[in-house]
Amino acid sequence: MVTDTAVQEAERTVTKLKAKDFNGKVDPDWCPGCGDFGVLSSLQKACVDLELHPHEILTVSGIGCSSNFPGFFNSYGMHTLHGRALPFATGAKLANHELTVIVTGGDGDGYGIGGNHFTHLARRNVDLTYIVMNNQIYGLTVGQTSPTSEFGMKTKSTPFGSLETPLNPITAAIMNGATFVARGYSADPKGLTDLLCQAIQHKGFSLVDVFSPCVTFNKDNTYDWFKPRVKKLEDEEHDFHDWKAACEQALVWGEKIYYGKFFQVEKKPTLNDLEPVLNEGGPICFRELGLAKEQAKKLLEDMM
Amino acid sequence: MNSDKYDFVISIGGAAGQGIAAPGDVLAWIFVRRGLHLYTYNAYQSIIRGGHIFLTFRVSTEKVYNHGDKTDLLICLNQDTMDRHLKHMEPGSWVIYNSDTIKPGEAQDGVELCGIPVKELSDNNRNKLVQNTGALGVCMHILGLDFGILEDILTKQFIRKGQTVVDENIGVARAACDYAVANFTPCSEAIPEGEKPQAWWSGNEALAMGGACAGVKFYAAYPMSPATGVLHWMAKYARDLGIMVRQVEDEIGVATMAIGAAATGTRAMCATSGGGFALMTEAVGSAGMMEIPVVMINVQRAGPSTGVPTKTEQGDLWQMLGASQGDFPRIIVAPKDALDAFNTVPELFNLVDRYQCPGIIISDLLISEGRSSVDPDDINFHPNIDLGELITKHSTNGDEYLRYKNTESGISPRAVPGLKGYVHVMATDEQDEDGVLISDEFTNPVKRRMMVEKRGRKMQDIFEHVAAPEIEGPKEADVTLVGWGSTYGVIHEAVEQLKTEGITANHLPIKWIVPFHVKEIMEILSNCKKVIMVENNYSGQFYRYMRSETGLNVDTHIRKYDGEPFMPHQVTNGVKEILDGETEVFVPEHKIMV
Ligand SMILES: Cc1ncc(C[n+]2csc(CCOP(=O)(O)OP(=O)(O)O)c2C)c(N)n1
Ligand code: SF4
Ligand SMILES: [Mg+2]
Repeated sequence: MVTDTAVQEAERTVTKLKAKDFNGKVDPDWCPGCGDFGVLSSLQKACVDLELHPHEILTVSGIGCSSNFPGFFNSYGMHTLHGRALPFATGAKLANHELTVIVTGGDGDGYGIGGNHFTHLARRNVDLTYIVMNNQIYGLTVGQTSPTSEFGMKTKSTPFGSLETPLNPITAAIMNGATFVARGYSADPKGLTDLLCQAIQHKGFSLVDVFSPCVTFNKDNTYDWFKPRVKKLEDEEHDFHDWKAACEQALVWGEKIYYGKFFQVEKKPTLNDLEPVLNEGGPICFRELGLAKEQAKKLLEDMM
Repeated sequence: MNSDKYDFVISIGGAAGQGIAAPGDVLAWIFVRRGLHLYTYNAYQSIIRGGHIFLTFRVSTEKVYNHGDKTDLLICLNQDTMDRHLKHMEPGSWVIYNSDTIKPGEAQDGVELCGIPVKELSDNNRNKLVQNTGALGVCMHILGLDFGILEDILTKQFIRKGQTVVDENIGVARAACDYAVANFTPCSEAIPEGEKPQAWWSGNEALAMGGACAGVKFYAAYPMSPATGVLHWMAKYARDLGIMVRQVEDEIGVATMAIGAAATGTRAMCATSGGGFALMTEAVGSAGMMEIPVVMINVQRAGPSTGVPTKTEQGDLWQMLGASQGDFPRIIVAPKDALDAFNTVPELFNLVDRYQCPGIIISDLLISEGRSSVDPDDINFHPNIDLGELITKHSTNGDEYLRYKNTESGISPRAVPGLKGYVHVMATDEQDEDGVLISDEFTNPVKRRMMVEKRGRKMQDIFEHVAAPEIEGPKEADVTLVGWGSTYGVIHEAVEQLKTEGITANHLPIKWIVPFHVKEIMEILSNCKKVIMVENNYSGQFYRYMRSETGLNVDTHIRKYDGEPFMPHQVTNGVKEILDGETEVFVPEHKIMV
């Protein structure tokens, strides 16, 4: 009813968009140097490369500096509750599976308060792309420990050093059943653009956890800290179909820290594929409302 | 038995796992197919084996509103049931039990004890469920029903298990029926036939079906008694009706997923009980702020906290009124029974679509798990559907679209994602007309005020779309009983009972909580001689709400908070005691231990 694919295809070839066409209504208010800028520009480039149009995309976020993303990006957006981006996005994607749904947020938002949803989204394999701007800190609330903060890290809420072991998003996602798991680095926008293109094209739940330094509140994991450590996984001999190898590489943390595509399962059916209600008739949001005569008749028969 | 109409109550008691539901269903099907009206209430506990289950059926030639005051025929499946209930059985009643395993004890004169030697009648069948079938056979005789009716139903019920099982069950039932003919006196009035077969449903099924008829295409839930029935119905019919049904990891996910679906223009619904609703709370406000229509159902159970999961109460009113931080429009409605619940769902969807806000239905265990007959002609499967100002087609002009346009009505035309020409962001932060945040560093008091007022203004004409409460019964009365939601049926009957005792009473049932018909309610109540508030909670939540909205003080109340629903005589007695000046707040004693 709504999407006229032939017309869209025709327009697509005529109007090749530029990255700036994906600029939102306002300029980002992130601190100068914030890692999130790199994620924004990479996603804009990825959407250009994939020839997507703003109205075909829905970006969904929670709350946090990183979650302000939808306001800075030209597409449909939902800037929802802290930690709840994934279920909001799931509802939207299941109700309109023609949308390209991209979820953006922070480490606190996704792995802390939203951790339960993260676990279940991964196993559900809904066709979403989840970009976490992981700065290992709570930025918007001015610098408290996060689920990815390192052991011993001093923050405003752990002035004597954190006593908790950080969560590893990559292994967590793999173990929970995610079918595309990657780590990006916002200081390598080219690499990140490529990962995001792959993630969006991937059919199923894809996680791209991005090292996206908070220059204001995380004085430990700075660009200078990352620079000598980060290594491209693609330069190693890594088989991304091998989940054990993927976990092993993801756990390497210290002198060397790998980023890139750790894991992918290409052919696993998504929840959208498996759901019989979506087999035909297009997105449920545009379907005829109310019952057909025969459906009502059957319901009544069952009650008598 | 009442003299002028057929009104008969059957109770079946036993432990969880003793298979009470099956004979219960058999009887219910017999009654509704005969065209009789039926209301059933099941008192049970949150255990899978053991405990005490007490299933009550009330059958009548006229509409039945509640499970009544007493039992005419008691079926005891275990000793515990006999011990708990025999003392309440009055002259002219029957008690059926397996005399091999159950000892009756002291009964009042005139109670017919119908012990059946199940072992002997069933040729020593060791299946423990055989006593249930035997009891049904005895029922046929006592109710004056043709045995063939039971034979038919048992055949249908057991044919999947093979002809031997069918024959075995019919054999036991027949032997028990014959034994009853030889030994027990049947009811003097054989069970009549009604005009036409009735349908029957639970309130949860009615809510779910109401959603399906309203065009719900997305339903999400996390299991929680007593709301789970909605999920089960939805799951069963999902594929036939094209409804996406999801069981989500928690109620936070449930509510947010439903709102995510609703953001695309889909009609989305979810249901839970108070504890689950507590988790949905933040999402209620998100729908308020993003102006996304969604219907959320709270099937109340006795609280607080985990409370009494299988018992009823009207204790979540203030939770619904206060669900979510901040000040935003919402709609809250408390249907009075299953049919009303069914009709309320599409009605509420039309309202939330028109006003782009969350809508809450307050049900409770009594409505939702109670099962009742319904006249098939009263079920409107094709209600009016009004999506309000929803845009679902691509834009043809290049005009700047403002999702939250500050219109005169406060309602801003809503375009859904995927459309060309309407790209926008919906935010839970305060936002300007174009969806750009006006929180954090762009805070702007003038705009903030404008947006608060825009949302607030939306509901200004809502009274044109919801019916005001009206007095039921005589205009002039000695006493007016005010109730809300599920107390409707019991107050309705109490009014009739009071009439036979020479007290003229009438009834003001209130369904719409928000919006609240302050003007009409004040007009009605300020002209009443005496007002008594009736509600199923301790602190008079509804009364306190009504007082806060109307300023009306009422000092006489009937309240109940023991987990069991009111019985009509309890309300009647309360009214009498209050009118006699014996008390101002009457709390009935629930004598039946269930
Ligand atoms: C329910 C709830 N609790 C707490 C907050 C406050 N809060 C806002 S953002 C945030 C943490 C953000 O951290 P992260 O997700 O890592 O995002 P970042 O700002 O670092 O990008 C918190 C605790 C909130 N908005 N809602
Ligand atoms: S506080 Fe940190 S995360 Fe937030 S915008 Fe500034 S640099 Fe980025
Ligand atoms: Mg963070």
